[in-house]
Amino acid sequence: MNFSLKDEHVMLQKLYREFAEKEVEPLAAEIDEEERFPIETVKKLAKYGILGIPIPKEYGGSGSDNIAYAMAVEELAKVCGTTAVIVSAHTSLCAVPILEFGTEMQKRKYLPDLASGRKLGAFGLTEPNAGTDAAGQQTTAILDGDYYILNGSKIFITNSGYADVYIIIAMTDKSKGLRGISAFIVEAEYDGFEVGKKELKMGIRGSATSELIFTNCRVPKENLLGKIGKGFSIAMKTLDGGRIGIASQALGLAQGALDETVRYTKERKQFGRAISKFQNTQFELASMDTKTEAARLLVYKAAYMKDMKMKYSKEAAMAKLFAAEVAMEVTTKAVQFHGGYGYTREYPVERMMRDAKITEIYEGTSEVQKMVIAASLLK
Amino acid sequence: MNIVVCIKQVPDTTEVKLDPIKGTLIRDGVPSIINPDDKSGLEAALNLKDEYDAHVTVLTMGPPQAKNALREALAMGADEAILLTDRKFAGADTLATSTTLAAAIKNLKYDLVIAGRQAIDGDTAQVGPQIAEHLDLPQVSYVSDLLKKDDFVIIRREFEDGYHMLEVKLPCLITTLSEMNKPRYMSVGGVVEAYEKEIITWTCDDITVDIEKLGLNGSPTKVKKSFTKGIKDPGEIHELAPTEASKLIVQRLKEKHII
Repeated sequence: MNFSLKDEHVMLQKLYREFAEKEVEPLAAEIDEEERFPIETVKKLAKYGILGIPIPKEYGGSGSDNIAYAMAVEELAKVCGTTAVIVSAHTSLCAVPILEFGTEMQKRKYLPDLASGRKLGAFGLTEPNAGTDAAGQQTTAILDGDYYILNGSKIFITNSGYADVYIIIAMTDKSKGLRGISAFIVEAEYDGFEVGKKELKMGIRGSATSELIFTNCRVPKENLLGKIGKGFSIAMKTLDGGRIGIASQALGLAQGALDETVRYTKERKQFGRAISKFQNTQFELASMDTKTEAARLLVYKAAYMKDMKMKYSKEAAMAKLFAAEVAMEVTTKAVQFHGGYGYTREYPVERMMRDAKITEIYEGTSEVQKMVIAASLLK
Repeated sequence: MNIVVCIKQVPDTTEVKLDPIKGTLIRDGVPSIINPDDKSGLEAALNLKDEYDAHVTVLTMGPPQAKNALREALAMGADEAILLTDRKFAGADTLATSTTLAAAIKNLKYDLVIAGRQAIDGDTAQVGPQIAEHLDLPQVSYVSDLLKKDDFVIIRREFEDGYHMLEVKLPCLITTLSEMNKPRYMSVGGVVEAYEKEIITWTCDDITVDIEKLGLNGSPTKVKKSFTKGIKDPGEIHELAPTEASKLIVQRLKEKHII
């Protein structure tokens, strides 16, 4: 048992912190206010290898591991939830499934561009009538000669419009149910691919979230990801990894809000002394810190298990369930400690609270995580 | 093109405490960084690497923990890192330090040697120029810009009230200012590589040098006394009309026999 970080991880943490403080934090309030996708930040993330952290060097990645990746998302989320999810969706939901399920040709074709950040990635599973019940896919993919013809739509797609490469889940044979679902690598440039309505959201407002519409979209048949009929399994395994990313985002939001609260309670004076001198403050801060640290242990453990090639589905679900709940609780308390100021946009904690809520919902709601955990218990 | 960059690991603050007896710095508990002027020198070298595929070697003299600064330099993109560490090097002043570094540089191929102008924990600005003297190299200090042109470098040298543009034939040594550029961050891939690479460690036995010129023995500088600068008394604040204020100022200056 070893709870200390490797020297390499400590150095990466230093890099992420410097980058987050100097390049990401100064934009966080602005992109939230303007609901603007921070394309300039994406270019910087690319330059420093943050868009290809767990992708091996032979495919143009940084050649690091999932703990390093989780730490990156965490450090970014400490100052900006939006930037964190851009990295998470790109990495966990697009680059990693190509790495894990792609053919050698697909990996050679797509990974160098994705890992270097020349291209951005996204993932489309959710549909208007297929959310938690992801098996109810209505988007179809019909083989026609050398192409699959996609028809249908996807909603709530993170990075949509800015992504160049999408992993799209579609029904190839409705009669086979779950085994009739397949996964495809779809390029934004393909005919019949269209980005629809942009969602206006409560939080992560700089993140691009839109509908995708496929109208006779022609996808070359060599872009089938994995075997035909294995799409549901690929989507579920992809989401297992994605949950490490979202759990890291939630963890970062909690830590960021806690750091802000510690700073504020030391400065803010009421009844003649700093509010940090009151025992209620101290007890609450102690509880917030303990829960955040517990979330961190779950997140790092899930990432470690993925690195060790162990089964980590349950641990990822636990990490996401717990970290998301902690993020919501800690950010809400952070706002409370900031009082009236906390409710204004003068301080970042209200943004963190709005950003935190989505971590209980996307890439599997908290209820879905409980289903995964319970299924593992009761099998 | 081969570039050697001399860097120093320094405490991350200008408010380090001094050991009142030895007159040396107490480094425990203070986070360490690459000296800012040196880091800009490294960035200048890495820019030349990006443009001309130069080979960049970073060199430092210090205790084993100075490896962290070298790893950071590797993670930023340096090709090779050498740590000069030996008990015999300890207690060195600028002369003994430059003697040691120059002896190490003689083991290397170089077209350009870069050192930061001065270290934030010593502020002497002597080591770079002294290395140039030991190596018999032309030197330009206080460099704020650098361009390579064939076998020359075109350099902007800063003065308090102006600057010189110089063309210097390689090989040469320059000392760089932190204002010169904004050093890049480490990259994720760079960190991974930094830990795959070995940091070359040289001791006294790996360089050709007169042992009498090393460390405390080779240091003619003697620290007579060191002290923490006292805080000045706060000034007086008077809110007066301009005429009254000028009268008061003149009166006070006369009292102190300044005018």
